[in-house]
Amino acid sequence: MLDAGTDGYVTEDGRKIGGVLMEMKNITLRFGGVEAIKDISFDIREGEIRAIIGPNGAGKSSMLNVISGFYVPQEGEVWFRGQRRPQMKPFQVAAQGIARTFQNIALFEGMSVLDNIMTGRLTQMKSGLAAQTVWLGKAQREEVANRARVERVIDFLEIQHIRKTPVARLPYGLKKRVELARALAAEPMLLLLDEPMAGMNVEEKEDMSRFILDVNDEFGTTIALIEHDMGVVMDLSDRVVVMDYGKKIGDGTPDEVRNNQDVIDAYLGVSHD
Amino acid sequence: MLYREAGDFKTSYVDDGQTFPIRFDRWGYYAVLAIAFLVIPFVINDYWANAVFVPFLIYAIAALGLNILTGYCGQVSLGTGGFMAVGAYACYKLMTSFPDVSIFFHVLIAGGITAGVGMLFGLPSLRIKGFYLAVATLAAQFFLVWLFNKVPWFYNYSASGQISSPERTVLGYIVTGPNTHAWAKYLFCLVILVLLAWIARNLTRGSVGRRWMAIRDMDIAAEIIGVNPLTAKLSAFAVSSFFIGVAGALFFSVYLGAVEVGEAFGIQKSFLVLFMIIIGGLGSILGSLAGAAFMVLLPVLLKNILVGQLGWPTDLAAHIEFMIVGGLIIGFLILEPHGLAQLWRLTKEKLRLWPFPH
Repeated sequence: MLDAGTDGYVTEDGRKIGGVLMEMKNITLRFGGVEAIKDISFDIREGEIRAIIGPNGAGKSSMLNVISGFYVPQEGEVWFRGQRRPQMKPFQVAAQGIARTFQNIALFEGMSVLDNIMTGRLTQMKSGLAAQTVWLGKAQREEVANRARVERVIDFLEIQHIRKTPVARLPYGLKKRVELARALAAEPMLLLLDEPMAGMNVEEKEDMSRFILDVNDEFGTTIALIEHDMGVVMDLSDRVVVMDYGKKIGDGTPDEVRNNQDVIDAYLGVSHD
Repeated sequence: MLYREAGDFKTSYVDDGQTFPIRFDRWGYYAVLAIAFLVIPFVINDYWANAVFVPFLIYAIAALGLNILTGYCGQVSLGTGGFMAVGAYACYKLMTSFPDVSIFFHVLIAGGITAGVGMLFGLPSLRIKGFYLAVATLAAQFFLVWLFNKVPWFYNYSASGQISSPERTVLGYIVTGPNTHAWAKYLFCLVILVLLAWIARNLTRGSVGRRWMAIRDMDIAAEIIGVNPLTAKLSAFAVSSFFIGVAGALFFSVYLGAVEVGEAFGIQKSFLVLFMIIIGGLGSILGSLAGAAFMVLLPVLLKNILVGQLGWPTDLAAHIEFMIVGGLIIGFLILEPHGLAQLWRLTKEKLRLWPFPH
C-alpha cells in the first residue's frame, strides 16, 4: 500500500509490521531562544506501537504536537504516507487520519459521553447547514450511519452503561477511556496517545494496556504513545524513541533501549558535560 | 408513574435520537402545540396579543438566536439590539421597495441580510474570546444604531427619522399596520417561532451543533479532532444573526409598527435578550422559550397584581416592579445557576422516580 513499505519487519510475537507510515526528518522546534526539539529524526511504521519516552521536559509532548500539527517546526520535514506534508492546521491533520488524546483530559465537559464520541466522527460528517436544517433525509441518515460506528467503539471499550451520562460526572479513569473512544471513533490511521495511563491505578492501567493492544490488533491502527510507566512501555511497544533535553538519545526495540548506556544515564541523572 | 421510560424500548438509532424520547413528554408537546394553534387564536384579543403573546413569541425567537451563539457556540455577544435593528431596517426597505411580495418572505430575507452582517461582525471572534469579544460586539451595537440614525436612506428620508410599517399581507390576511387583527399577528409570529425552533433543534442535534459545542467547551481540542474554527464560529454567527434579524423584523413590522432605532434597539435590548438566555438556560432551546416567557410575562403579571388588584399608583408600581423582577432574577440564579431549563430537567428526573424513589 505504501511506496516506502518494502522493508517491514516481524515482531517477537509474530505480528508483521509494514512500511513507513510517518517519518520525521531532522525536526527542530524552538520557542524563542529555547530549543525544545533538536534535529530529531525517526519513523513510525504501519501497524506498530511506537513509544516516545524520556524524562520530564525532554520534548515528548512537543514532538506529539508537531505530529498533530499544533506546533510548526522551524526546521525539518514531516512525511506522511510517502508524501511530504505541507504546513497544515490541526483540523486538516485530523482529516488526514491522525487522531490523538491529551495529557490532561480534553473532553467536552458540557456534552454527554455519546456526543463526545460522536465529535470524533466530525471529519467524516459532510452534510451541510442546509441538510442539517431540514434534518430528515441526508442529515439523519448520516447521523444514524455514524452512530452505528460509534456504537462499535462504545462496545469495544465497554462503556455502554455511561453512554448518556454527562462527561463532567465521570471519574478520571472513565474520562480517559472516553477520550480514547473519541479518538478511535475517527477510525484513524495513526493514533497518538499522550500519557494514556497518567494518574491511573494498577487495575486501570492494565485495562488501558489491554485496550491499546486490542486496538492495534483488531483495527490494525498504528499507535504512537508517550508514557512514563516504564513497565508498561517496555511491555506494549515494538520500538521506542528516547528523548532527553530535546535530543534523541536512543531508538530501537525495548531491549536495545534498556541496555543503552545514554538512556540509563539520562534516567539515573548522570550529569551532562 | 405516568411519567416514565420503563417499557418504552427504543429499537433504532432514529428513535433513540428523537427530541422527546419519553412518551409523556411527547403528548405534552403535542398538546401545547394544539392549544397554541387551535384554541388561542379564537380567544385572543388585542390586549393579550400586544401585552403578552406577540412580544413573547418575538423575544423567544431572539433568545433562540442568541442562545445558538452564546449558549451553544460559547461566543458572548452584546450586539443583539444592533442585529435586531438590521433585521428591522432590512425588512422596512424590502416592504417599501417590493410592496407586492408577501411579508413572510420579507421577514426571511431580512434575516438573511442580518446573517451576512452578523458574520462580518463575527470575524473578530476568530482572534479574541470571552469579555474581549463581548466588547467587540458592543462596538457592533453602537455602530449599527448610529448608522441607522445617520444615513437617511435607511428610513426613506422621512422627516421624523422613524420607520413605520405599511399594511402588508400574508395569504391575503393583513398582518402589519393598524388594521391587523390580534389573531393574525399572533398566528404569523407563532408559525415563524415554531419553524425556527424546529430548525434550531435540528441544527443543534447533529454535526453542526457538535462543532459549535466542541468550540464552546474546549476550542483547542475541537481543532485537533478536526473542527475548523473559522467555519464553526462564523456559521454560528450567521445562524444566530438570522434568528435575531427575523425577530427584529417582526418586532418592528408586526409588534411596534413604528420604530425609532435608538429607542427600540438600544443596548438595553441586547442585555434583555442576554438575561433571557441566562435565566432560561444556556445551551437549551426550551430554556430560550422559558427565559423569554419569564422576562415578558413577569412585568405584566406584576403590573396586573399591583395596579389592577391592589390599586397602587402606576408610577410606584412601575418602580416596585423593577425591584421585584431584579430580586427574582437574582433569587432564581442563586437557586439554580443553570437556569429554568435545568430546573425543569431536575424536576423531570425526580418525576421519573416518583412516587417510589428507591
